[in-house]
Amino acid sequence: MSPPPPADSVAAPLGVPSPGRPSRVRSGSRLGGAGGLGLGLSTLYLSVIVLLPVAALISVALGSGLHAFWSSFTNTTALKALEQTLAISAIVAAIGSVMGTLVAWVLVRDQFPGKRILNAVIDLPFALPTIVASLALLGLYGTGSPVGIDIALTKTIVAVALLFVTLPFAVRSVQPVLLELDQDVEEAAASLGASNAMTFRRIVLPALRPAILSGTALSFARCMGEYGSIVLLAAAKIQLASLVIFADVESATGSGNSAYQPAAGLSVALLVIALVVLFGLRKWGSDSGN
Amino acid sequence: MNTRLDHPRLRAVIALGLAVVAALVVAACGGSSDATTNTSGSSGGSGSSGSKATLNLVGYSTPEKAYDVIDRAYEATPGGKGIGFKTSFAASGAQSRAVAAGQPADVVAFSTAPDITRLVQAGLVASNWADGPTNGIVNDSTVVMIVRPGNPKHITGWDDLIKPGVKVVTPNPATSGSARWNIMAAYGAELKEGKTPSQALAYLATLLEKNTVTQPDSGSDALQAFVSGQGDVLLDYESDAIAAKKAGDKIQIVYPSSSILIQTPIAVIKKSSHLAQAQAYVKWLLSPTAQKLWAQQGYRPVLPSVAKATASMFPKLNLFTIDSLGGWTKVTNDFFTAPNGSVIKIEEKAGVPTSSS
Amino acid sequence: MVTRPVWKYSLRAVALAYLAVLLLAPVVFIFIKTFEHGFSTAWSYVTTPAAISAFWLSVLIAAIAVPLNTIFGVGTALVLVRSKTRGRKILDALIDIPFVVSPVIIGLSLILVYGLHGWFGPWFIDRGIPIIFNPLGMILATVFVSLPFCVREVAPVLMEIGTEQEQAAATLGASSWQTFWRVTLPSIRTGVAYGVVLTTARALGEIGAVAVVSSNVLGSTVSLPLLVKYRTQVPGPGGISAAYATGTELAVMSLIVLIGMTLLAPQRKDA
Repeated sequence: MSPPPPADSVAAPLGVPSPGRPSRVRSGSRLGGAGGLGLGLSTLYLSVIVLLPVAALISVALGSGLHAFWSSFTNTTALKALEQTLAISAIVAAIGSVMGTLVAWVLVRDQFPGKRILNAVIDLPFALPTIVASLALLGLYGTGSPVGIDIALTKTIVAVALLFVTLPFAVRSVQPVLLELDQDVEEAAASLGASNAMTFRRIVLPALRPAILSGTALSFARCMGEYGSIVLLAAAKIQLASLVIFADVESATGSGNSAYQPAAGLSVALLVIALVVLFGLRKWGSDSGN
Repeated sequence: MNTRLDHPRLRAVIALGLAVVAALVVAACGGSSDATTNTSGSSGGSGSSGSKATLNLVGYSTPEKAYDVIDRAYEATPGGKGIGFKTSFAASGAQSRAVAAGQPADVVAFSTAPDITRLVQAGLVASNWADGPTNGIVNDSTVVMIVRPGNPKHITGWDDLIKPGVKVVTPNPATSGSARWNIMAAYGAELKEGKTPSQALAYLATLLEKNTVTQPDSGSDALQAFVSGQGDVLLDYESDAIAAKKAGDKIQIVYPSSSILIQTPIAVIKKSSHLAQAQAYVKWLLSPTAQKLWAQQGYRPVLPSVAKATASMFPKLNLFTIDSLGGWTKVTNDFFTAPNGSVIKIEEKAGVPTSSS
Repeated sequence: MVTRPVWKYSLRAVALAYLAVLLLAPVVFIFIKTFEHGFSTAWSYVTTPAAISAFWLSVLIAAIAVPLNTIFGVGTALVLVRSKTRGRKILDALIDIPFVVSPVIIGLSLILVYGLHGWFGPWFIDRGIPIIFNPLGMILATVFVSLPFCVREVAPVLMEIGTEQEQAAATLGASSWQTFWRVTLPSIRTGVAYGVVLTTARALGEIGAVAVVSSNVLGSTVSLPLLVKYRTQVPGPGGISAAYATGTELAVMSLIVLIGMTLLAPQRKDA
């Protein structure tokens, strides 16, 4: 199937050439005046579909006063949810990017029968509805499992579900870069006596780092907000932010938009955390890309 | 994808895809019934072609199958001819808030009375909704314990639930009416055993903080969690337990010696565009015919004559009412209202999301 | 790197084991559970009246969300890559919002705008266009979550192909529109095709935002993913089997779109 958004969509701001794409950009103002109109139309569409709802969210989150906003994400349940979500997202993003890089390496540099099919299968988590994925994981590795493992009601099965869902991000962000990588430098290093490990650490990894970080950023963002693949898996003691927000929405008391203030407040907090981490990863990626 | 598909194979796949689409187009009438076996004898129950009125029935999570049967029966009566149903079943509290937030509804059948009074406050239900012959109640049930076949953990009553190592499943009281009934059943049973209110509260704390392993959003979610292998004992409506057993779930029902009488209310939305039809439908649900159907579906009838006639279908146990515990208004205030409700505080300690206002 | 056999085989083994446990086993499991009682049983689950309604609702939602986001995607990619207007960078950053925001939060934000007490909700409701608890809300939610895919697939392709062909067309006297239609569009065919595939897969599988804005009424506001969730709560083993069947149905639908798009666009090098 097809790759996720390419490596430079989150990591590299526009105009910064990203390592994966040899750029022959002639930034001609081919569009001229139409560019302004195009920008206007795009912005209008984006505003109505995306910005307007986000503005409402922020407005309601803050609209009941700063004290209410503060307590909406510092109350016991919310804090616990944010902690657990952050922790599990970080772990999954980290493991996912290590394994994703490994899988990408094997897919690019290795040859074995069935490799092409395996390569196509990587994108399956995109085609599969997330809720079905969690259903399968529960059936396969939960109580009554045909292989005798029972990790239902544990953080492990939630992590496995998130690893499943973010697999394409982790692999596909690294793969194109690996493909384009010039192996001459590696061969030169080898002929000079460098070990595999040293070559990998000093030559390959730095070249891959922006792509890996961008994939990690995407995975992390996805994990922070994921709902479909964990809605069937969550137990009483594992509360992830998206589930808590959902419960808050379903149990909102009072009338008017302010009834949703607790849910909106927690949502904004979650968003801010996700953006901060993303920005950090992006900066790390573009710094090392220079 | 980098595997070029050969043309013949490609054509075959496309043909398959088109065949699938064509078959579905042919069957395209659609509808709302999800029954794969036509036990209720209807042809799909969509009721959308040529009906006089479609009633939006918004209900709590567990009575879906029962309403499916009973609604089909109503459609066959002279009064119900030309009536179709659009139904939505989910956690009672969530459904009630959704209707208050604008979800279309003509008849609401919730788990607890406060879920109806919320709509009175929202101006959607008449304040005299509970003035009828059955005080607004459509049927009864009770809280039972569902265990694995053979009852391996030897659960016989409420005290067994807080034994170390016993894993309990019950829904989340923030969204589920079933959860509130379960909690009040446990609390009331402790009082009946002679415990003081604070001892009964301590029981609840142990139950929810130590023994409960998962608290899904609704009664039917909780049943599914239990059936898929989580926990040793599930607290649920007797009616849901009976239905699950009938549907083939491998469970065993344990009746404690005392439990709460679950009285599930029903009301008409006064702004309904089919007010007369909605009222006629609700009136019919309280008729002897309908009440007998409820009994067959596992719900204890609320009409005294039918209750007496079907008494043998339901095990006898000591049933106390929510009124003996102070009534729903007081109970909701003391137990389930943030920030000081006693159950709210227990759930927060247990790390379960509560109504957060 | 000259990879010694020991490294090569161990890396391969680890990668294969990881993929087997994480990806292949669950997928095979879904397939088995879908057809474990035979094809006709699975088919009956896919053809109940509620399932057919859910199918058409999902198709409707995708049929609106995908073209809208494709047009937006191509247009915005052109603006981002080809124009020099200021504000491009902000637009570029804003487009990633749907990737960062949880679908549940997206659903909530739509309620805050279009709900009974929302910013514009009463305006719409008074004119008989209810959005929340109706398919229109589900469509809006799906458009939101699947917005960035097309842009992000087309923009890099636009960058790579450069402007020489377009400039050549201009010197030959072609108008802007002709250039776009005859030169630009065909050359970004691959990007558009992949964008459509990703957008469709995302739109079909969306559950988080849609669960929040839907009224969960079978036959009206239950899409295929919501039907899967609903079926996991039906008592009796038939519910779970039906859930698997619907899941497979969704995967097949995405696959069909992929195959269709593969026909329209040349292959892209992946490995």
